[in-house]
Amino acid sequence: MDSAGTSQPAAEADAKDTTLIYRQSRWTRLTHWLWAISLFFMLLSGLQIFNARPQLYIGKQSGFEFNNTILQIGAQDTDNGPRGYTEIFGHRFDTTGVLGWSGPPGQETPRAFPAWATIPSYYDLGTARVVHFFFAWVLSATLLVWLVAGLINGHIRRDLAPRLSDLRKLPRDIVDHAKLKFHHTRDYNTLQKMAYGGVLFVLLPLMIVTGLAMSPSMDSVLPWLNEVLGGRQTARTIHFTVMVLLVLFFIIHILMILAAGPINELRSIITGWYRTDPPANEPTERSA
Amino acid sequence: MAKFQISRRRFLTSASLGLSGIMLSGCDAFDSGLGVGSGLRSFLENANGLTWRAQRLLAGRDALAPEFTEADIRQAQRPNGVTAPDDDTYKGLLANNFADWRLEVAGLVEKPLSLTREQLQNMPSRTQITRHDCVEGWSTIAKWTGTPLSLVLDQAVVKPQARYVMFHCLDTIEQSLSGDIKYYGSIDLIDARHPQTILAYGLNGKPLPVENGAPLRVRVERQLGYKMPKYIHKIELVDSFANVGGGRGGYWEDNGYDWYGGI
Repeated sequence: MDSAGTSQPAAEADAKDTTLIYRQSRWTRLTHWLWAISLFFMLLSGLQIFNARPQLYIGKQSGFEFNNTILQIGAQDTDNGPRGYTEIFGHRFDTTGVLGWSGPPGQETPRAFPAWATIPSYYDLGTARVVHFFFAWVLSATLLVWLVAGLINGHIRRDLAPRLSDLRKLPRDIVDHAKLKFHHTRDYNTLQKMAYGGVLFVLLPLMIVTGLAMSPSMDSVLPWLNEVLGGRQTARTIHFTVMVLLVLFFIIHILMILAAGPINELRSIITGWYRTDPPANEPTERSA
Repeated sequence: MAKFQISRRRFLTSASLGLSGIMLSGCDAFDSGLGVGSGLRSFLENANGLTWRAQRLLAGRDALAPEFTEADIRQAQRPNGVTAPDDDTYKGLLANNFADWRLEVAGLVEKPLSLTREQLQNMPSRTQITRHDCVEGWSTIAKWTGTPLSLVLDQAVVKPQARYVMFHCLDTIEQSLSGDIKYYGSIDLIDARHPQTILAYGLNGKPLPVENGAPLRVRVERQLGYKMPKYIHKIELVDSFANVGGGRGGYWEDNGYDWYGGI
């Protein structure tokens, strides 16, 4: 918000005290943590829902007398006892212990995702749906609040909207990330903009849209939705795929925070205050 | 300064360790806090009422579920739940090809009815090729033929205080200590009077097979499969379902599923 003067007084010798800046508005911080909570519950309840039919199909319907399955998690009897497997596009992998067949030693059961990854931990589709749809409302409402606040306070335009200079900075940004060399500045770097913008403007909306497409009642309101997406079962497959992408984002997000300095990063998303690099270390030559 | 940061780092490390411990035990607490009837569960279930109202607002009374073409019928309708009722009453009716079967229409109606299969089939019918969405996540497309439920309700003349249609079924879904539980389920009057809500007796151009609910099942095309009872023999108009089963409006609802199954 009020951070324009961060790197300007570079002439000052002791600029260190001015490097603590107010970086994240209360709206950014509040919505961030509401998403964190709702995505946690939606992921674990969603995996429980998936366990009720651990197959993904392409098209309008599920093939029982024809094959349109592209992913399947299951258990099968072998000479070495029951094994769990995951089959993707016809390629079968042994995933015993995690996918298909898991549980405490001696008490394994056939289940797609293991107990530690689902809510509830035991098989209960009805309860998982209650949890999933409660947080679906929280997640969607949070996204709406964030969008309105971000448009009004300029967060989206100022911090997320890609600029031409972002494109120019991209190659160097990729190299810097690969070397785990982080610049602590007020502005997001290009890869950050792409990651955050991709989650907020592509992945989360796609998650909501494919979720709605699976609702038979919404299908009567927006019948074109499933036609655009390729049918209800394709919508379900996209819903699952976007989940995988969100989990990948989460893993990279956490790794980047650990690498860039977890205390400073956590402070900024909790209190808003962020310590930037001293002006001398600013890569000012970038603009050259 | 550096010292302070280290101790802060230590603090964060131990705090996150503690937090993950809380989360692990929290999962168990969350499991047990989610039982039907618990305060947390009831709070989360409010979302289902919100979904119901929001979807009623958007879909209105008559928005139609998509209908498909003959080319989309690529397989037999996959049966689910009970597929061969073991009840003596049912088996007796089946042995006689349902000649003695009647559909009772009772409860909050001016004229209670008792209809034979022929009487139902002589009423105007509707045929629709629709997608059946199971709560488990799978879908199949099939052609259903039946009597619009609204015609039956009109014939029975629904009393103004009626709010729900309760379906009573012939199949035992669960054997409990207190006796056999036969399937039951309910929908509101908006879905009951929806143009695609039919009492189906035909599937893919043939009489409805036993595994799919012969002699009669309901189709509620804007909801999931568990809201479409099979083997029905009685339709009861009620103003509340508090006194039926566990009081949550249906067999699966009494086992923790949401009453509104439009999502």
